[in-house]
Amino acid sequence: MNDVITPKDVKSVEQTVQWALAEGKTLEIVGSGSKQAIGRPTQTDVTLGLHALAGVTLYEPDELVLSARAGTPLAEIEALLAANAQQLAFEPMDCGPILGGAAGRGTIGGTLASNFSGPRRLKAGAARDHLLGFQAVSGRGEAFKSGGRVVKNVTGYDLSKLMVGSWGTLAVLTDVTLKTLPRPETEETVLLRGLDPGRAVAAMAAAMASPGDVSGAAHLPAKVTALMPGAELAGAGAAVTALRLEGFAASLPQRKSMLEVRLRSFGEVSTIGAVASRQLWQAVRDVIPFAANGNEVEPPLWRISIAPSCGAELARSIADEAGGQMMFDWAGGLVWLRLEPSADAGAALVRRLVAPLGGHATLVRSPTSVRAAVDVFPTQDAALFALTKRVKESFDPKGVLNPGRMWAGV
Amino acid sequence: MLRSIVPGEGVIATEREMRPYECDGLTAYRQLPMVVVLPDTTEQVSRVLKLCHREAVKVVPRGAGTSLSGGALPLSDGVLLGMAKFNRIREIDFPNRVAVVEPGVTNLAVTQAVEHAGFYYAPDPSSQIACTIGGNVAENSGGVHCLKYGTTTNNVLGCELVLIDGEVVRLGGKHLDSGGYDLLGIVTGSEGLLGVVTEITVRILQRPECARAVLVGFPSSESAGECVSRIISAGIIPAGMEMMDRPAIHAVEEFVHAGYPLDAEALLIIEADGPGAEVDYLVERIETIAKSCGAGTCRISQSEQERLLLWAGRKAAFPAVGRISPDYYCMDGTIPRARLPQVLARMREMSERHGLALANVFHAGDGNLHPLILYDANKPGELESAEAFGAEILKLCVEVGGVLTGEHGVGVEKRDLMPTMFSEADLAQQQRLKCAFDSKGLLNPGKVFPTLHRCAELGRLHVHAGQVPFPHLERF
Repeated sequence: MNDVITPKDVKSVEQTVQWALAEGKTLEIVGSGSKQAIGRPTQTDVTLGLHALAGVTLYEPDELVLSARAGTPLAEIEALLAANAQQLAFEPMDCGPILGGAAGRGTIGGTLASNFSGPRRLKAGAARDHLLGFQAVSGRGEAFKSGGRVVKNVTGYDLSKLMVGSWGTLAVLTDVTLKTLPRPETEETVLLRGLDPGRAVAAMAAAMASPGDVSGAAHLPAKVTALMPGAELAGAGAAVTALRLEGFAASLPQRKSMLEVRLRSFGEVSTIGAVASRQLWQAVRDVIPFAANGNEVEPPLWRISIAPSCGAELARSIADEAGGQMMFDWAGGLVWLRLEPSADAGAALVRRLVAPLGGHATLVRSPTSVRAAVDVFPTQDAALFALTKRVKESFDPKGVLNPGRMWAGV
Repeated sequence: MLRSIVPGEGVIATEREMRPYECDGLTAYRQLPMVVVLPDTTEQVSRVLKLCHREAVKVVPRGAGTSLSGGALPLSDGVLLGMAKFNRIREIDFPNRVAVVEPGVTNLAVTQAVEHAGFYYAPDPSSQIACTIGGNVAENSGGVHCLKYGTTTNNVLGCELVLIDGEVVRLGGKHLDSGGYDLLGIVTGSEGLLGVVTEITVRILQRPECARAVLVGFPSSESAGECVSRIISAGIIPAGMEMMDRPAIHAVEEFVHAGYPLDAEALLIIEADGPGAEVDYLVERIETIAKSCGAGTCRISQSEQERLLLWAGRKAAFPAVGRISPDYYCMDGTIPRARLPQVLARMREMSERHGLALANVFHAGDGNLHPLILYDANKPGELESAEAFGAEILKLCVEVGGVLTGEHGVGVEKRDLMPTMFSEADLAQQQRLKCAFDSKGLLNPGKVFPTLHRCAELGRLHVHAGQVPFPHLERF
């Protein structure tokens, strides 16, 4: 186990990185550690824990803006926003269930470092679309900032985009400023039953093309539905395609009928109300059907982002070649794939099938030994990988921060 | 050499023919380029850049040249790389709700290509008839509807990018988010300093069933500002929320006759869009809120024609101001909205001090100010006064917690103001990223950054081995 340093201010973060540079040491960057099991296993000398660098520093609901220290628990931010009828619209995922950890442990820094966004991503954007500005310490041991606290801002490069999804390999986030948005007054979800993935993807495309303003489109095959919470779904015994409508109560009836017109050719529709709808989408967001089962060997779990219309094609080829279970979010554009344990967690197969479709796949859950042996993050062609390496070096020339977490040598 | 890569009329070297390229929308700055090259394939772009890289020749990329910050200003010793021939729409994919276009396609043309199926491309900068998607990506362009639908960066899914050494990389695609570093997010808004985009995949959206606009006059900018805050507090994110001050209202009304209230100190145009039931509900709530904030006039559009009329004034604001003043200088800072009354008061004081009138047009929902400074370039010293006044406004924006530019870009115009917002360390880190893409500093040099540093110098790392003690921190 690494020694853990837990700075309480930015200065101490800077000192820690400077020390590591001077001593030729490497640092593992951790918030609460809730996503520590994602990525290649790294061998670092010291752990830099950010959980003491916590607290909301600014929240102005009228201005739709919130700033917090990177180690602030996501749950604390979400509770504060909820008390003001607001939310983080990208619906951050809780990785606790799939990784076998407790729920609700993540920090805002880790949320941004992963860029794992929930079902509303297809309408409201990802975590990357909601970070307005930040302060961080680079791998050069220098504090720097980018962006600001306003949405409209094109002053200098938009480094916020680069920080989000970089898994702590470029800089240590210390302060972040986020865009907040009103929480919808209410929601309901329209369900279609018994569709195969091909028909479901077509139904979801039709729904997204309706002016009904759908904010979630997911498809759960029959076996996956059985693993969902809530009797209504679990007992259905059939595949469920779910389409969420959120907003003002006054607008829902018309939007629902607009949606139903488009869905008529796909079968009978039914509707679930706000409470069941919230439960459903939280389960989709956190991939509850594929939650860790507590066994010694957890089945590997892949997160695959592709063009939505390719979702069904991918499902067919994977089912033919490897079996496994799948669930579809983002109208088919996000495929969660659970495979049976194997030496490479299905990496060769998944990458071969995803590559021609033009998307990317990340191995989110697998034993440490597998993660050390295969590429966890998408492999890149030579020119792009060379650029990726140069970008890493421009922030962290000595490879002090989370070295190798995303790719060997980065 | 260039002619062997781009044949025929694709290379322009005579002064007369290069004249149209000497400036962009920031016309106070003019410079003829060394040569203009107009490639029409990715391969040609790649070969031109590779040649320039080998010969250490600077390159300035250009779309339609509508930049208001001098982002496409040529260099006398540089190649001007015009992307106008990349004007094809390559694919429209309705099931995936994307369009794949070349960078020289105009912003409006994307919408026109998909509207028959009820779709549109959301970002709508004022120059949308002329400006190109490539330029929109370079500048991360906004528009009046970005409060609800985001700016370019939120609506672009992928691109093909040619690096200065001629390498071609693909970033993103029809899928969402990056599996690695979000380089697409960095390229968007990079003002042509990181690479040349040769293909872009944009998200298209279903057009809302209807839209209605509410025109509200207020006795003070404070009450208008209060109205904006209360609308957002009520959980309403309008499709657009625009403010104009008294001088702007008068200039516009004389020009367009849209029926704007001439007795108002400030005017808001608030638009709700979506399904009819939702829009009717929202405009009613907006009207109630506006009245509770002391609104005088309150007019709700009853037809599409009336909605367009209410907008016509706002859309004609710049030319309207152009009619009452020989010249005007358009600024583009963003501020936290609550600081608006304070900022307006300070700007009035500056206006008196500089002896130059000011009209304000303002994306009220997101705090993006467009003060128009009225001046006469033929009067000696007035351009300089206008520039000094403008710089003061932008510094004020930063002082109250805002930023130098909301959507027009830094370019050459605001380059020297960058240190008011960023420390040396902030700027050095941005320039190191530039080095990762362009180690010789050949792409659009002289834009964005006030001082040019050599990459070797920026990359130097001062490590004092053995001199930094292990940090005295709590350890577990």
